[in-house]
This record gives sequence, structure tokens and C-alpha cells, in this order.
Amino acid sequence: MDPGFFAQYLINGLVQGITYALVAVGFTLFFGVLDVIKFSHGDVLMLGAFTALALFLGLDQLSTPAWLSLTIMLCLGVIAMALLGALLCKFLVLPLKESPPLNTLLITLMFGSVIREGVRLFFPNGSNPKPFPALLPETSINWGNLNLRLDSVILIFTGAMAIVLTHLFIQKTRMGLAIRAVAQDEETARLMGINFNKTVLMTFALGSGLAALSGISTGLYYQEINFSMGLMLGVIGFSAAVVGGLGSIYGAIVGGLLFAFLQTLGAIWFSVPAYKDVFAFTVIIMLMAWRPTGLLADRSAERV
Amino acid sequence: MSQLKTQLVILIGISLSVIALYGFLYLEHEWEIGLLLVALPVVILLLKRANMLIYYQKAARLMPRFTLVSFVLGVLVLILLLRHEHFALLMLTTVLLYVTVSLGLTIQFGFAGLVNFAAIAFFGIGAYSMAVLNHYFHAVPDLLIILFSGLTSALLGALLILPILRTRGHYAALITIAFGILLRTFLEVNDVFGGPQGLKVDGLEILGWDFADSFPSVLGGGSFYMAYAIAALLLAAAAYLLTRLIEASWFGLNMDSVRLDEVASASFGINAPRWKITAFMAGNFFAGLAGAVYAAMSGFIAPASFNFADSLLLVSIVLLGGIGNAVAVIPAALLIVVLPEKFQVIQEYRLLLFGIVVILILRFRPSGLMPRGLRQYFTGNSA
Repeated sequence: MDPGFFAQYLINGLVQGITYALVAVGFTLFFGVLDVIKFSHGDVLMLGAFTALALFLGLDQLSTPAWLSLTIMLCLGVIAMALLGALLCKFLVLPLKESPPLNTLLITLMFGSVIREGVRLFFPNGSNPKPFPALLPETSINWGNLNLRLDSVILIFTGAMAIVLTHLFIQKTRMGLAIRAVAQDEETARLMGINFNKTVLMTFALGSGLAALSGISTGLYYQEINFSMGLMLGVIGFSAAVVGGLGSIYGAIVGGLLFAFLQTLGAIWFSVPAYKDVFAFTVIIMLMAWRPTGLLADRSAERV
Repeated sequence: MSQLKTQLVILIGISLSVIALYGFLYLEHEWEIGLLLVALPVVILLLKRANMLIYYQKAARLMPRFTLVSFVLGVLVLILLLRHEHFALLMLTTVLLYVTVSLGLTIQFGFAGLVNFAAIAFFGIGAYSMAVLNHYFHAVPDLLIILFSGLTSALLGALLILPILRTRGHYAALITIAFGILLRTFLEVNDVFGGPQGLKVDGLEILGWDFADSFPSVLGGGSFYMAYAIAALLLAAAAYLLTRLIEASWFGLNMDSVRLDEVASASFGINAPRWKITAFMAGNFFAGLAGAVYAAMSGFIAPASFNFADSLLLVSIVLLGGIGNAVAVIPAALLIVVLPEKFQVIQEYRLLLFGIVVILILRFRPSGLMPRGLRQYFTGNSA
């Protein structure tokens, strides 16, 4: 293959892979502390993107400069979703802690569909795709067949930074230590004086904030968002987390990149573009049948 | 209670519920339905206070076959009464088909504890097999084709067995969700199956009776949906009977034990994978059968009718009724299918509302409207 095309596919795949990895890190965090899957994750992501869009429409009236709008959108979008995640956890997930896992799964799934329907019905003209503002610089460089867009580079960098910061937060801070302790053993962590509820809420806030970030970057990259984007991104993010191995941040990154790689491969092999998802999911289902605990996770059967 | 008295109690109970059902389907104005919705719970509560409900429940437990047969006959009468109401019959048929799928989900969720968020995908597989088989094998009797459609659905579901057996809980949920999305994408891009435009389906013809013809004029004629309503009724009744038989037999007991504690049941020599596979295949078989009848009735199918949201709706039915309770899916399906049709206002908001309802149920009454009772092995008066 022509090196230019190859590099192009690589860059596009990386942007997507980082987005997926951001979603997958969220899944991994929730699963780590509470052994639950928050199936509304994808819809929180979508809501984050729509919150940012609403903010932009407001700021546009005041004719704020692009960089300022972007900063405000990012900060407020992430904070709003972090709050939502914490609220979801406090009122829907923690109270169901003792009931069968199926109930937690269903309640978050339904919460997700409530968010989705809410946006579809109550956001002005919400059932149609919405154009998302192109706030990142649009410069690009051409090398042969490679068209390197500056915004792709910025998005890859931002996503990677967010993941690194999350990792540092978990490894280096006291809160991170508490999160790791709770993930390892809830009861012992409680005995050691760790505030369990606070830690769990914090984790949910962190993961949901990351989801908002990936929602906004998806919007910036494709310059279009719609109310159902979260469903697919959520399922992809979860597949990525599972294939990498739930509970491991490295696993989430590997899984996210792997999924993007599979999609790219599918797009190259098949003439019909929609087959790329069919291909990627088929491989993922096969991988899950082969290694149910994921590629990188610890091999304890309890997790499966 | 003497046998005659028991039968009488059952007949009264069934007649009352069929009358309520008739009102629910026949009434059109929103205030009428609203009145019914307020009146029904009041009546049920009053009956409960007067210890009448317990009476009926006991009687129905004593003679389950008699109850089923009289209910089926009651609904048949209802179909005859509604024979000129196209819309009411269409709704009744849809409810009955949803009941069939939900019974499949009851076996999977309620008995074996297998999550399946792709119910509508298996329904869709049944519908597409119906369309394709009926088109290419015209000589084969339609009854066989419906059966084949159910089998196709079960067999394609078998593809998921390995991943589902090796994973549990959330992972299995993901696999079924992914499968549902995958199937829809596949149908949309595949030209053999009509792509996004979908396929036309020929109507049914069973035992020389072409369903497209109006009803035999001896009985006064009737809507074209009447035949499908009867077919769906028989299908739902058969599915109900089978579900109940499974529940009452060792099959159901084994499935329950696998759901409650897989390790413990394995140590008692129960082959957990075997029961999971049985439950999964049986549930998908039901969904496939219902899908086949649905396809023949609607005459046209497209990938857009088999959305993830519909799978969620089916799960809501099972949950609203009470996980594992086969009877409960009937009122639940009725509420979830018919209410949005009757109240045009909420049609647009139905997914939102059902989402909220399910969240509230899970939060405050996780066992559903009609929780599953304990198994009864001894049906005598002493029990």
C-alpha cells in the first residue's frame, strides 16, 4: 500500500481509537470500584456533546472568541456530566448494590434510554443530526497522499493527555489510592477508614467526565452529533474495555485502539462501508469467546 | 371447593378479565380508557379486600388447564366480537405476538438467568426467514414454514452460545446487544435481503385457508386481521403452555438452580451449560415463531422495524410483569403495547415514559407488578 494512504488510515484510526479508549477507561473505572457496568455511559457521552453544543449556541450570541468558547464548553460539559454521573451513581446504582447484577444493568440501560429520548424530544429539533461547530484550527499539511489535519493531532494529543492524567490521578493521589483500595477489596478498604460512598461517587464522576470529553471530541472531529450516537459509542467502548480486560486501564487503551484498527481493516477490505462494524463486532465476539477475561486482565474467573 | 364451584369461579374470573380486555381494545376516546385505567385497579383492589382474588387464584392453581382453555375461548369470543374492528384486532395480534416473545424471555431471564437484549433481533430473524422461505418454497405448507422460521432463529442464536456460556452477566448482555446491532446493520447493507427497503412477505395460507380472504361468510365475515389474531392466539397459548410445562418440570427446576447459584447446582450434578443452552434456544425459538407470524401479517418487513429500542421494550414487559411469572407478561404486554396507541399524546414519549417506569420499578418494586410465586407441587386443597 502507498505509504501516504497507510499513514492516513493510521491517523484516522488513532483519532477513533483514542475516543474509544476514553470511553473504555470509564467502563473500566466503574467496574473496578463497584463491579457494575454502567450501560448509560454512551448516552452520558452524547449528553456531554449536546451540553457543549447548547453552550456554544449560547456563547455564539455573545460572539465569544473560538478558543474561549471551546474552553468553556469543555470545562462546563465535563463538569456537568461528572455531576450527572455522580447523581446517577448515588440514586440509581448504589441503592441497588445488593440486588442481582441484572437489575443494575437494566436500570442504567433504561437511564441511558431516558437520556436519549429526552434529548430527542426536548432538544430543539433533536431527532435530526446537529452540526457541531468546527472550533479547532482547520490547517492541514499534505504529504503525498497524506492529508494531516491539525485538529486530528490536537484531538489525539488531548485524548492521550486525559488518559495519562487519569492514570496519574489513580496512581499518585490519595483519592486514587482510595479508588485502588476499593477496587481491590471493598470491606478491607472500609475498615481502613476509606469513605466508600465518596470514593465510588468520585470514580463515577471521573468516568462520566471522561465520557463528556470524548463526546465533545467526537463532535469536533466529525462536526456532527446526533441523539443516538451514544448507543454505538457505548457498545464499542464497552467491547473495547472487555476485550482489553475490564479493570485495567492499559487494557482499555489496547482495546480501544484494537477496535479502531479492526474497523479500519474492515473499511479497507469491504467495499460496503457499513460492513466495517459488522466485521469488528464479529471479531470482538470471537475474541470474547476465546478469552472471556480479556487480553490483559488478571485471570481470575470471578470477574467473568 | 367442589370441582363445579372451582370451575365456576374460574369462569367468572376469566369473563371479567375478557370484558376488561374488550373495553381496553374497543374503547377509543382517551377519557374512556382513562376511566378504565382508574377503575380497573380499584376493582382489583376491592376484589382483593373481599378475598375474592385469592379465591380465583386458588381455583386457577387447582385447574390450570381449564383456566387456560377458558381464557383462550374467551379471547376467541373477543375476536369474534371485534371482527369488524381492524385496528383493535391488529393491536390484539401484536399484543399476543409480544406475549409469545416475552414468554421466551421469561424462560431465558426468569428461569435460566440469561440476559438477552436481542429479543427483537431473533424476532426479526423469524420474520426474514418467513419472507425468504415463503417466497422460494411455495409448495411447502405455511405451518411448516413458520416452524422453520422459529428453528432458524434458534439456530442462528446458537452462534452466540459459545460466547454466552463462557461469559456471564454483563458480558453476555454486551454480546447480545452487539449481536442485535450487528444483525440490523447486516440486514441494512445486504442487498439479498432487500437492504433498508426491506422485503415483501406473502400472506399465510394454512390448511387451504388463505388468510388474505375475509373470514368465512357463514360467521358474518370480518376483518382480514381476524385470521392472524386467531393464529397469534393459538401461538401464544402454545407458548404459554410450554413455558408452564417447563416451569413445572425438572427442566424449570434445573434452570432455576442454575440461575440462583451455578456453582452449587453444578456440585449437585446439574449440567449448567446444558440448561442454559436449552433456555436460550427455546426463548429464541418463541421469538422466531412470533416474528414469522408478524411478517406474514404485516406483509412487509424492513430492518428499521427491529430496533434495539424494541428489545428494550420487550425487556420492560418482562420486568413490569414480574420476572419469571408467565401470566404477568399478558397484562404487561397489553399495557406497553396498547396504551401508547390509545393515548396519542404519549405515543411520542412512550420510550421515555417506559424508561422512567422501569427505573421506578427496579428502584422500588424489583419483583414487578405480579411477582412470581412459589412453585406448587401439590395442588390439592391441603396445599
